[in-house]
Amino acid sequence: MDETRIQDRGEAGTIDPATLHEKAPPHPRFIEGGVGTSLRHDSGAKHVSGQARYVDDDPELPGTLHIYLAMAQKAHARIVSMDLAAVRAAPGVVAVLTAADIPGRNDYSPVFGDDPIFAEESVSFLGQPLFAVAGETLKAARAAAGLARVAYEEKPAAITLDEALALGGEDLLPPHTMRLGEPEAVLAAAPHRIAGRVETGGQDHFYLEGQIATAVPLEDGDVLVRSSTQHPSEVQHNVAKALGVPDHAVTVEVRRMGGGFGGKESQPALFAAVCALVAVKTGRPAKCRLDRDDDMEMTGKRHEMRADYDFGFDEEGRILAADLKHFVRCGYSRDLSGAIADRAMFHADNAYALHNARIHSRRLKTHTASNTAFRGFGGPQGMVAVERALDRIAHEKGLDPLDVRKRNFYPAMGSGVEARTPYHMAVTDCVIAEIVEELEDSSDYRARRRAVRAFNAQSPVLKKGLALTPVKFGISFTTTHLNQAGALVHLYKDGSVQLNHGGTEMGQGLFTKVAQVVAEEFQIDVSRIRITATTTAKVPNTSATAASSGSDLNGMAAREAARTIKERLADYAVRRYRVPREEVEFLPGRVRIGETELSFDDLVGEAYLARVSLSSTGFYATPGISYDRDTASGTPFYYFAYGAACSEVVIDTLTGENRVIRADILHDVGRSLNPALDLGQIEGGFIQGMGWLTMEELWWDKAGRLRTHAPSTYKIPTANDRPDDLRIALWDKGRNPAATIYRSKAVGEPPFMLALSVFSALGDAVLAAGDHRAFPDLDAPATPERILAAVDMVRAAR
Amino acid sequence: MAPIRFLLNGEERAVEGLHPTTTVLNHLRYSERLTGTKEGCAEGDCGACTVVLAEPDGAGGLKRRAVNACILFLPALHGRAVETVEALGGAHPVQTAMVEKHASQCGFCTPGFVMQLYSGWLNETLTDRQAVKDLVSGNLCRCTGYGPIVEAGLEAGRHEHVADGPAEARLASRLEALRGAGVFSYEGEGGLWLSPPDVDALADTYAAHPDARLVAGATDVGLWVTKQHRDLPVLIDVSRVADLMHVEEAPGRLYVGAAVTHSEAAAKLAGIHPDLGELMRRFAGHQVRNAGTVGGNIANGSPIGDLPPALIALGATLHLRKGDEARSLPLEDFFIDYGRQDRTPGEFVAAVEVPLLQPFERFHASKIAKRMDSDISAVMAAFKLGFAGETVAEARLAFGGMAGIPKRAAHAEAALIGKPFDEVACRAAMAAMEADFQPITDMRATSDYRLKAAQNALLRFCLSLRGVRTRVAEVA
Repeated sequence: MDETRIQDRGEAGTIDPATLHEKAPPHPRFIEGGVGTSLRHDSGAKHVSGQARYVDDDPELPGTLHIYLAMAQKAHARIVSMDLAAVRAAPGVVAVLTAADIPGRNDYSPVFGDDPIFAEESVSFLGQPLFAVAGETLKAARAAAGLARVAYEEKPAAITLDEALALGGEDLLPPHTMRLGEPEAVLAAAPHRIAGRVETGGQDHFYLEGQIATAVPLEDGDVLVRSSTQHPSEVQHNVAKALGVPDHAVTVEVRRMGGGFGGKESQPALFAAVCALVAVKTGRPAKCRLDRDDDMEMTGKRHEMRADYDFGFDEEGRILAADLKHFVRCGYSRDLSGAIADRAMFHADNAYALHNARIHSRRLKTHTASNTAFRGFGGPQGMVAVERALDRIAHEKGLDPLDVRKRNFYPAMGSGVEARTPYHMAVTDCVIAEIVEELEDSSDYRARRRAVRAFNAQSPVLKKGLALTPVKFGISFTTTHLNQAGALVHLYKDGSVQLNHGGTEMGQGLFTKVAQVVAEEFQIDVSRIRITATTTAKVPNTSATAASSGSDLNGMAAREAARTIKERLADYAVRRYRVPREEVEFLPGRVRIGETELSFDDLVGEAYLARVSLSSTGFYATPGISYDRDTASGTPFYYFAYGAACSEVVIDTLTGENRVIRADILHDVGRSLNPALDLGQIEGGFIQGMGWLTMEELWWDKAGRLRTHAPSTYKIPTANDRPDDLRIALWDKGRNPAATIYRSKAVGEPPFMLALSVFSALGDAVLAAGDHRAFPDLDAPATPERILAAVDMVRAAR
Repeated sequence: MAPIRFLLNGEERAVEGLHPTTTVLNHLRYSERLTGTKEGCAEGDCGACTVVLAEPDGAGGLKRRAVNACILFLPALHGRAVETVEALGGAHPVQTAMVEKHASQCGFCTPGFVMQLYSGWLNETLTDRQAVKDLVSGNLCRCTGYGPIVEAGLEAGRHEHVADGPAEARLASRLEALRGAGVFSYEGEGGLWLSPPDVDALADTYAAHPDARLVAGATDVGLWVTKQHRDLPVLIDVSRVADLMHVEEAPGRLYVGAAVTHSEAAAKLAGIHPDLGELMRRFAGHQVRNAGTVGGNIANGSPIGDLPPALIALGATLHLRKGDEARSLPLEDFFIDYGRQDRTPGEFVAAVEVPLLQPFERFHASKIAKRMDSDISAVMAAFKLGFAGETVAEARLAFGGMAGIPKRAAHAEAALIGKPFDEVACRAAMAAMEADFQPITDMRATSDYRLKAAQNALLRFCLSLRGVRTRVAEVA
């Protein structure tokens, strides 16, 4: 429809719609960018040309103040005095804020009220924010902060897990236990038993874009915040809480993040709150952009975890019972540690039916930054012990670890055999056996097992290892109420669409996928859809873009919104053309109405003239999930995502240096919304998981100072760490039995744990170094140093 | 005093009034509002800030290299041309390939990868998978796992770069004119930058400002500003001192000028021994190798520099200059103690002279770190053994990361002299090494591991001479 003929004023409304159809409607067979196509990331062209804007790229408003956060220099101490006179008097300083300057609550925590924006009477980790300096330049603010005189009275600090245990005191959160069957009795009666310990280190998110926020003061004391966050609603709430104003006074907007990985779920609220406080106090725009080192010292990481395991098994390596004890290093505050430690327990079984299990978890306080969400959210840590135990069972019985794994899988979907998880959820959608079977074949596992053995027999120094491990990952926020999402779709009278939803774009391609869903629903080209920044002003009360749930939740909500509008269009067509509803059909770019066809745009134009509402919200709440934490039982997950990986590694028994030679991955994403984006998530997740398990090491000195606080000392994988021979495939039989958006499955987190195959393969290589006589202790990250120690241990056991 | 004159994406700039330690990155982002270039770490370790520099190659043409803008000081642009991602438009073969291969996710590292691959495209080094991976080993991506980026690099490499010779020559002479003759001197916000064109001018300039800080690529000194926030009032730039920029081959010897970058030195050093080539491949990231210099890696006196142990093992001689006086000393004698070198105020490193290997000599270098590429060594080991028949006549076992300075293992060397280099002698030397070193424990490794890895590096040398495979890179 000629859009100039539909005007907002004048005689336009008197036009007879029938006279508007000047061109025959198009007849494409498919829309461009529909569901299931490998549509490119919506920002790809902007990324490569440098035009994609991140918070720091927005032009600074005149008078913007730059904020530096001064950090505590002790891990645990009482603040005896804090003299900031010289800071306030320093050149270029406009404002200095301490806890006393917060009109609302001095807290930016997501749940428990224990994350002070600025330390008050005591400091609980080295790097904790003490006060903020707002200056004309960042240099002036930083220089001024250095003039503070802070006197501390030091208290005993617990930096490591052992120190946390030794210090006694109360756990940060109450211990939690899951029970299934009769673990004690069955363990006691088991014909074979193994027990051991495995520890996994923390992990820094190392999003390439550091934490950042800006705030612009508005009238009435309101504030507009731009934040690099996965959780705009929580940032909004925390900013309002700090300002002492209702949530409605704060708008939070985020177009994209330069990476999140969980690190921008609860932590960004701190920087946003400080910006907003400065903006409201001074009446000037404010920016807080963290230097990489300050970011790494100040913000939380993946939880380090210790798992003690005790497994009973039979002659064939079948698990009869398992007892697991988790010790979770939470840092100084609770943050999301409860849910993370819970998810470690939820995944202690990985893909294996334990039958009788007891999982006990302690959440320990250390005087370090508060550990937080990180891709997998505790799941990866939870899975490590059972994989390690199965390798050990195989070693004890002289069996191939893959055979032992296969014997312990949950029963296949449709097998009629029921098995329950340690939290009493029936696993009804298990496809792991089928996936593993296919991967065993396509990766040529058996022949390569023989080749590895042959190699090791003739290679005294270098040893190879091979492992094929599964992943089963529960999809849903285990805090049930979070499984909701909203969307807002505007259909303009020219037929173009503006799409908003509560999800945030951090690189995963969520915006692209949701746009595909809306395009599919309307049957219009995706180029007709403008994806806009996430803002609390358009969709309220959102959950974090987390738990792999982004497209599951927001895709559904956006489809609901589009569907509502589509139904209104159909209703209009029914009325106007006097056809039954089933005679109105949305075809690519057009709508069939009885015997005639209209272009989509024309129908929209007509509907506008007929005063049909073309804007709608959409809402989705995941059905059928519930969990009773008191009894540790229920159905916390809507479904499970599955995948498997086979990795081959080589280690050097002189130095512990190691390399992944080849990895084969077969992963179930259900019916893929976008295969290219899904493959990207799988490869990226696998390499990130490999980094966690092999080289990324956090190291604190005795004073509690994180000494690996920049890429010079904290090493994430580079291009040369990726195996050249990396074969990734989507499982072509994948179809989600749960009624998810187009039967797809979540893909953000599950592939991270495919890297467990690398860890297991490294253990296999170490076993070979000791001629399979002794099973090594091996903790993650399996750095050259840890591998060499393990090699020395198995060789000493001769 | 003159402004800093350079070309930014083809347009001439004359910048005044900023401190000489203003980084190129901050200038681009906050003065020029060219925000495509990102800050990921401000220490030259992530590559998000990669830009491409062009300068006259001295032969009428241009040489182009990718560098990290985050630790490059603004006056270093004088007489050079800098290109940022904005210069590429959006349809360059590298950009097209990156989009088509789904090589960006969050996109924050992407402009850096684009510029790094663009430099490879210009220099026609996007030849094979390994070359592309080596090219981007100084660029970190947290999202993709790198596969699509490497594919994009290979794809871009299939689009030939056709150099426009006359245009490049015109640009080269334009840059020569921008640079001007004599010592370039720039002052801003109380800081002074002096850039002498030849070694005599350098000697004079340094003599006049003995407290000045010498910089070449600023790959170390840059961090003093971005990380330690130190004030550096006077800097002398040695990166244009023509006399220090040559690698000269003489019979049995290689002279490497102090201002030769690691990239330029790499091929020549690889010619001495493949282990040196591998060491240079793993030395920092590509952008740092393009800026950092051999002289700088020695002169900064770091106990964990990668080159000094290798050069000490080879028996290198260091040439120093002060005013009109020159002197030479064995490289190992230059390092006195942690943070202390045998260098007087106003004296500078001019060159390092490296003896080539003799037919009766065997060499080995092992860099041991948590990550293979672009990491700082936990232990850097380099050995040269001179044989008389089957027995060891000369032993030079040098290490980094084992003491406060790069240091030879005197006891272990003594244990090898006069013995055949078999496993028995090797293990005796390994045991003797315990008397040579008491390494520290830090974030890179424990003391125990350092000692064990140092000992085992010698065993690796011994076994590898017998044809035993000892390196994980060697197996497929």
